[in-house]
Amino acid sequence: MNTFGDPTVWLPFVFAALMGVSILIYVVLDGFDLGVGILFPFADDSEKDRMIASIGPFWDANETWLVLAVGLLLVAFPAAHGEILTALYLPVTIMLIGLILRGVAFEFRAKAPAPHKDAWNTAFFAGSLMTSLSQGFMLGMYIMGLEWSWAHAGFGLLTAVFLTVGYSFIGATWVIHKTDEYLQRKAVDWAKGGIWGLVLGIAAISLATPYVSDRIFDKWFSWPSFLYLSPLPILSGILVVWLWWMLRRMPFYGDRRSWLPFAAATALWVMAFGGMAYSFYPYVVPEKLTIYDAASAPESLFIILIGTCIVLPTIMAYTVLAYTIFRGKATELRYD
Amino acid sequence: METLLLSRIQFAANISFHILFPTITIALGWVLLFFKIRYNQTRQERWMDAYRFWVKIFALSFALGVVSGITMSFQFGTNWPGFMEKVGNIAGPLLAYEIMTAFFLEAVFLGIMLFGFSRVPNWLHTTATFLVAFGTMMSAFWIIVLNSWMHTPQGFEMIDGVAHATDWWAIIFNPSMPYRFAHMVLASFLTVSFLIAGISAFRWLIGGRTEGVRVALKTAVYAAALLIPLQILLGDFHGLNTKEYQPAKVAAMEGNWETDTGVPLVLFALPDEEARENRFEIAIPKLASFILTHDWNGEVKGLNDFIGENGEVLHPPVNPVFWSFRVMVGTGLLMLLVSWGASAMMLRKSRGVEGLPRPVLYVLVGMSFSGWVATLAGWYTTEIGRQPWLVQGVMSTKEAVADVPAPMVLSTLIAYLAVYAVLMVAYISVIFYLARRMSRGERIDPRTPQSEAAVARAVPAE
Repeated sequence: MNTFGDPTVWLPFVFAALMGVSILIYVVLDGFDLGVGILFPFADDSEKDRMIASIGPFWDANETWLVLAVGLLLVAFPAAHGEILTALYLPVTIMLIGLILRGVAFEFRAKAPAPHKDAWNTAFFAGSLMTSLSQGFMLGMYIMGLEWSWAHAGFGLLTAVFLTVGYSFIGATWVIHKTDEYLQRKAVDWAKGGIWGLVLGIAAISLATPYVSDRIFDKWFSWPSFLYLSPLPILSGILVVWLWWMLRRMPFYGDRRSWLPFAAATALWVMAFGGMAYSFYPYVVPEKLTIYDAASAPESLFIILIGTCIVLPTIMAYTVLAYTIFRGKATELRYD
Repeated sequence: METLLLSRIQFAANISFHILFPTITIALGWVLLFFKIRYNQTRQERWMDAYRFWVKIFALSFALGVVSGITMSFQFGTNWPGFMEKVGNIAGPLLAYEIMTAFFLEAVFLGIMLFGFSRVPNWLHTTATFLVAFGTMMSAFWIIVLNSWMHTPQGFEMIDGVAHATDWWAIIFNPSMPYRFAHMVLASFLTVSFLIAGISAFRWLIGGRTEGVRVALKTAVYAAALLIPLQILLGDFHGLNTKEYQPAKVAAMEGNWETDTGVPLVLFALPDEEARENRFEIAIPKLASFILTHDWNGEVKGLNDFIGENGEVLHPPVNPVFWSFRVMVGTGLLMLLVSWGASAMMLRKSRGVEGLPRPVLYVLVGMSFSGWVATLAGWYTTEIGRQPWLVQGVMSTKEAVADVPAPMVLSTLIAYLAVYAVLMVAYISVIFYLARRMSRGERIDPRTPQSEAAVARAVPAE
């Protein structure tokens, strides 16, 4: 297990890392556009159009990271893919229907007859909410080891609410960056209202994870790993305080640093995710199946890896290109 | 009903709904690129008008395709975990390449294609249109590779009950892949031809007689007339290939129970799976043998050859395959009749669109979505025709199904169906709504109020 020269060891590890990165990119990127959907009821009609414009060119590609993450789980860890998704059958279905609703509402609200626009706006909100709640619920169930019980479902509901509010927070920081004037000030208020979800969510997960598993408890609270790991919670704490301090003073003169809250929120997300990844490694199905047991045959993983090494940088490059082309404040979204 | 049947219906419902939209986007992407290139060459506004109208239908179809496609990637795990456990070493890399080389390409450049016309240099916008069309095609390629491999598997060995790849070239270029891929791509182009012809005929009928509509209608009808004979020929080749590798499927398609020489072609019958015979059969003597073996007395395998030693049925259910096949062929022949008839009328004395009488225009409107009917019927033929196998001869469908309680599968199935019904109605009515608005000469861009301080920073040209 320690020989990283062995392909049955390093290949699963590399794929677990790739999958982790995909999930992380997904929760940050789709997190902000789901968040924009969750904030929909708080905006008036013209604000809704601008919020849509701020995510319009990106949402398709953002959701593709989910497909990649699930795809990697599917192709690299087939046994785990079956185990996890069968256990989460119902929330997965709710999430998928939510994704369908919000994805199509995006197109229909702009193209359907005007009287139907409100209905599609509602569908966009409802779909975003269903997606975030079910993702949060699945996160909670995953932490609880995918065992169904009332207590675990209760924890799942708690993480569902926290993740949804967390998404609305990162969505609000995106709106701060992409808009100005009244809507931007409104978004600052939304961010201030939503930051608690992120803080409580991270806290709940940090407390629950070591409680559920002795193995994870030992990983965190044994000397000297406790010392190495301490910067993670300390840095997160400092970031939260700094975000709060900044949000109370925003927007700054001349729209300076409007990207900072989004960047800080992303950093918080990354640290929380890093902590979780550390806790669960080497398990892909908590406490049941390690990435090494669940992995596909090395020759198949190798074939995928070759493609990944060529394609992933390309994807990164044209994703950056798209974000560069549509940088700056969100304006009218037009087909010409 | 038991979990297996419900799971099969759920997968069928999801993938049927999904395939409708790629069927449109695969070809429509290239049609849009054609419009864009014509515009670049001629600088005539009518090409850009056509582009702007159809790019909206493209965006709508693309969104529906993406979200229903996400559902598909989860269905493997939620309903069919056995599939990836057994053949994941082969299916995995193929799916991974689909996501990495195609899905991202289309998704990222779609944003530029839809909203970037005034933000990026023209060449980049044209390139984005090309990359989206190319990505959609690549996506279809990888999926068809995997699907074809499930019909004609090769290039692998079984070790401890798990498939391991031995020859990727053989896996990708498996025997049925070229036929299936070409058949599907042509199906997509035909679907789009009839969609464009139908919607343009609709606009023409309600008075939107612009240059753009005229050009689109003519192009679409001529394209359909050219492609449909090719498709029929290709279908025949595909059938011959199927006869070689999946004779049970062909026997079910033909309603042929006994292996025999000089087998008649059954035009109509009610196959009775209990009595294992056809009732009310109308058939043309020896024609099936001739079509399948190119010899009037050639031997064709019958369904009774596919009964296991203990009476186990190893051929597909006959009725669904038999009827799906007839619906597909019937729709194809109708397409041939309509497109050739309409072309002849337009070519006569070079009268163009004016040469089409109103009833013909109504027929074209009625056939707007005929491509969907033929495509679905074709897929039902080939997929139900593979049963009881999931991977022909390697793994049966029931081996793969998840142990999820039947009521859970049923309730999620109902939820999916309800959503799909609403979306189907919304999709079709929005297309006709956009066509009506366009015919009234209204702009159909979603104008959103522009903030006075918000100034788009344009990307410096090149």
